[in-house]
Amino acid sequence: MKPFEYKLTFKDFNASLRKNKLLALTCGSCGKHTCPPKLVCHECGSTDLESTALSGKGKIVTFTVSYVTALGREGEAPVLITMVELEEGPWILGNLVGIDPDRATMEALMGKPVRLARARMLPPDQYSGGKELKGGFARPTFSLD
Amino acid sequence: MEAILSSNLKSGDIQALFVGNVLGDFSEGQGMVQSFAADEIGAKNIPASRFEGACASGTMAIRDAFMWVASGFYDMVIAGGVDTTSKMGTALGTRTFAMFTDGHYEYPSGLTFPGAFGMLTHQYSAKYNIPLARLKHQMALVSVQSHKYGQHNQLGQLRNEITIEDVLNSAMVTSPLQLYDCCPFSDGAAAVVLASEEMAKKLTDKPVYITGIGQASSGRFSSQKEFLPRLRARELSVKQAYDMAGIGPEEVDLCELHDCFSIASIIAAESLGFAEFGHGGELWEKGDADISGRIPINMSGGLKSKGHPIGATGASQVCDIVRQMRGTVEPQRQVDDVRIGLTDTLGGDGIICNLILKRGW
Ligand SMILES: [Zn+2]
Repeated sequence: MKPFEYKLTFKDFNASLRKNKLLALTCGSCGKHTCPPKLVCHECGSTDLESTALSGKGKIVTFTVSYVTALGREGEAPVLITMVELEEGPWILGNLVGIDPDRATMEALMGKPVRLARARMLPPDQYSGGKELKGGFARPTFSLD
Repeated sequence: MEAILSSNLKSGDIQALFVGNVLGDFSEGQGMVQSFAADEIGAKNIPASRFEGACASGTMAIRDAFMWVASGFYDMVIAGGVDTTSKMGTALGTRTFAMFTDGHYEYPSGLTFPGAFGMLTHQYSAKYNIPLARLKHQMALVSVQSHKYGQHNQLGQLRNEITIEDVLNSAMVTSPLQLYDCCPFSDGAAAVVLASEEMAKKLTDKPVYITGIGQASSGRFSSQKEFLPRLRARELSVKQAYDMAGIGPEEVDLCELHDCFSIASIIAAESLGFAEFGHGGELWEKGDADISGRIPINMSGGLKSKGHPIGATGASQVCDIVRQMRGTVEPQRQVDDVRIGLTDTLGGDGIICNLILKRGW
């Protein structure tokens, strides 16, 4: 039996997101999408999965503006973090750009439509899993539609 | 050592050690604490295991210790936890705590522990249609109550009384959570001796029994989309514990729950069955969570005032409920006639561990 492999690795997901393309796994059993990817379908657990591109459109489920950031990321504050429900179903955590974080209120943001914008990057630090991550992490980045 | 001595035991009586320790590697440059801890207390060469489930680690250690004793494999063990996270400072502390988010897919966006609960607060407000101003007021009441009792806890960290205005005027950490909505970084340790029923009766005339246990886990934050702002793992875990103990939430006399952030208390109280979903904050508004209320919550001061030495937190919850049952806590925070207690510990945004304790006399 050949070894079980990820249908969509972090490396490939990240490289694609870097080019502003959001990949997901589409399930051959239930037809639903898993994004970010996992080893199995989030909805039904099937391993019959295929890598596909999503539209990058969705709406804001919730958000926060963080003023305290982690070691090495001090310059990022304040950072606007958002949970987006994608048109195709999955939720993904990312950043919202194009709005002043200090003006981010529930009225301005909750439920509002967004679309994928140019990915912000995060350089790796000493805890990021070694050299695999050349060029750093692509962050799912959205702007208000 | 206090746990062993106050149980009238010698170190040589301990057959195994279970310890929750999360960040010793980062805060002290010390891994494998379990082995050194066993040797320090003079329980030389016994099997010793370390548990890591972020902030739930201490409860996980006690749960496992319970299962080994209940199975008959051991009849006298020690379990607890230790961490010294304040030594790291805020920047490294925040970095290491963020390691309990998904490091590949969610940390890069800047997700931190408080960040996740800030997001849950906005989502909770929208989902249950509670205006943010009212929710923030409820959350402030949670912090105020924690300090009201925590100030009397001799073992506590932040022993000052605070007001609603103090909370609402404190610095913004991650919207809408302010500094006084958040627990501190803490140093601490706690441990309990677990013995078989027969042994326990020989050691003390006031034994406390573990009658229910539960544990469940979750995936990354976004993969909990079907349930948020509810934490599914808690509902599964506490059901295991209630079913095993053969009781329901209405029979609990005292609860120590995981108030890492004020909103976390409200969310937890609902999943534990003390309030309907969307109504958890009313427990603090109406005084139901207060010392003589329907379900006193966090009379230790909780994580907010007593402190949150993560690996030790769950064990300190157990210690405080045992002392409450024995009537040995400071009088200002002593609850009358505690027969059944519940602990609730949350690791990251996904591991939950619950224990039900029953007074044995
Ligand atoms: Zn499927």
